[in-house]
Amino acid sequence: MNSEYEVVIGLEVHVQLTTATKIFCGCSTAFGNAPNAQTCPVCLGLPGALPVLNRQVVENAIRTGLATDCRIAPRSIFARKNYFYPDLPKGYQISQFELPICEHGHLDIPLDDGTSKRIGITRIHMEEDAGKLQHGETPATADSSFVDLNRACTPLLEIVSEPDMRSADEAITYLKKLHQMVKALQVCDGNMEQGSFRCDANVSIRPWGQAELGTRAELKNINSFRFIKQAIEYEVERQADVLESGGKVIQETRLFDSTSGTTRSMRGKEEAHDYRYFPDPDLVPLVIDADWIERVRDALPELPEAKRARFVRDYGIPAYDAGVLTQNHEVSSYFDTTVAAGADPKQASNWIMGEVQRRLNDAGSEISAAPVDPAMLAGMLKRIADKTISGKIAKTVFDEMWKSGTDADTIIEAKGLKQVTDSGAIEAIINDVIANNAPQVADYRAGKEQLLGFFVGQVMKASKGKANPAAVNDMLKKKLQE
Amino acid sequence: MKISREQVVQVAKLARLELDNDELDALTGQMDAILAYVDKLNELDTDGIIPTSHAVPVENAFRPDAPVPSLGTEKALSNAPAAADGCFKVPKVIE
Ligand SMILES: [Zn+2]
Repeated sequence: MNSEYEVVIGLEVHVQLTTATKIFCGCSTAFGNAPNAQTCPVCLGLPGALPVLNRQVVENAIRTGLATDCRIAPRSIFARKNYFYPDLPKGYQISQFELPICEHGHLDIPLDDGTSKRIGITRIHMEEDAGKLQHGETPATADSSFVDLNRACTPLLEIVSEPDMRSADEAITYLKKLHQMVKALQVCDGNMEQGSFRCDANVSIRPWGQAELGTRAELKNINSFRFIKQAIEYEVERQADVLESGGKVIQETRLFDSTSGTTRSMRGKEEAHDYRYFPDPDLVPLVIDADWIERVRDALPELPEAKRARFVRDYGIPAYDAGVLTQNHEVSSYFDTTVAAGADPKQASNWIMGEVQRRLNDAGSEISAAPVDPAMLAGMLKRIADKTISGKIAKTVFDEMWKSGTDADTIIEAKGLKQVTDSGAIEAIINDVIANNAPQVADYRAGKEQLLGFFVGQVMKASKGKANPAAVNDMLKKKLQE
Repeated sequence: MKISREQVVQVAKLARLELDNDELDALTGQMDAILAYVDKLNELDTDGIIPTSHAVPVENAFRPDAPVPSLGTEKALSNAPAAADGCFKVPKVIE
């Protein structure tokens, strides 16, 4: 990256809310239905239809605002953002302009050096999504586009940051944290492929030490963390090249092309950036009193940061483990439930971050779909703790649980995997091993004590791994000294 | 003048209105008169008065987050000038 310039990034994130119905009508927000099946006069923009605000959208906006330390506006209004596009049937989008519901918040992000940085949140406002456009590709449809309005009027929160980020990595850290947060708040499902969490990035550069911001380019609608990083990095290089060659960066919207990893200008659609916002007379002002805010605050779920602190404090697991486990809401609940079911926290953490996560990665699936649920994992960990099985046999048990979905006790019983703690049985095996390895026994007794490991190995092998290793160790030492 | 001819041209463009020269002249005059009339309000002393966004003193009209039946594809498209495959068909727009 060119180091002569300071990079300045602000992000606008569109978060699709998990409500059952649209923001201004009772049509379902379910994904994947037949085109235009989920439409009504309101979301089709038919004359005379009256939009009425979904109360749950307000609840979700307040939640998100509180979680980012925003001021919740006691009074906010909706506005019409006017422009023409075929996916926008009314000719305006209902959004908020002056008086948005949340303002002046922030999100603290962790930096690589262990410190944290505060990213300002300018505002969060509610708005409706547009419909979906598909462009004809066959010769017969080449001159047409096709409009599906199922998505029209779906509730969105737009979360606008201050231009506080100074690298693509900071931007990604902020986005990942915000992504985790809206999922933990249960206001958004976080599905980036389906467009539930999408990002526009405002990127500019300026010579180090210059106070005023450079001219920015707006990178539109990028739907993966990797692409956002690529798009920002490409854009920084591009702007540096423009300045180096004596040119000027122009303010414009640019589209990221994921196949080439580059951005290109979207001139044309841009020319009239004049939305002529005005208060929407169809929607009455929204008044939120302190009681309402406090009710929402009381019902806020535990956020990743608080959860991380609790895992360290209450469960005594390392901060590193707590950090990994709380990156994902489902994983942290899985861990919580496993511990609640009686598992040792550090053991649970090791197994979840290790075996469980590895198998999920291999299968490309989510923890919610894991064939071993928290109760099953806890059941197995308890058998390690009470020495019914060794840690080594546990791998076999876990394998079998994963394959069959059967609980640990049933598997241990059916496969005869119970650890042998009966000293008589272990003693018999040890006697055999000593009898069959006379030269090694002689060497050991002559002072080659590192051979102990060899004997332990032989005994464990003869017991098919079921002997208790600690008991074997003790007894072997005694026997070999005789 | 409260509004210029160029501003009227710009507003017409944003509203997708095609106006000929005579119409532009007439509308510029009319809009100028309207704005002058509205400007009279500036003569009032509005210190300490909260700006009004709505004419009626109503707030917080909500609906619960409960689905109601939609129109369905067929009805939704019944007035469309052109439709295909369950979608409204429009002249191609290129991004
Ligand atoms: Zn609808």
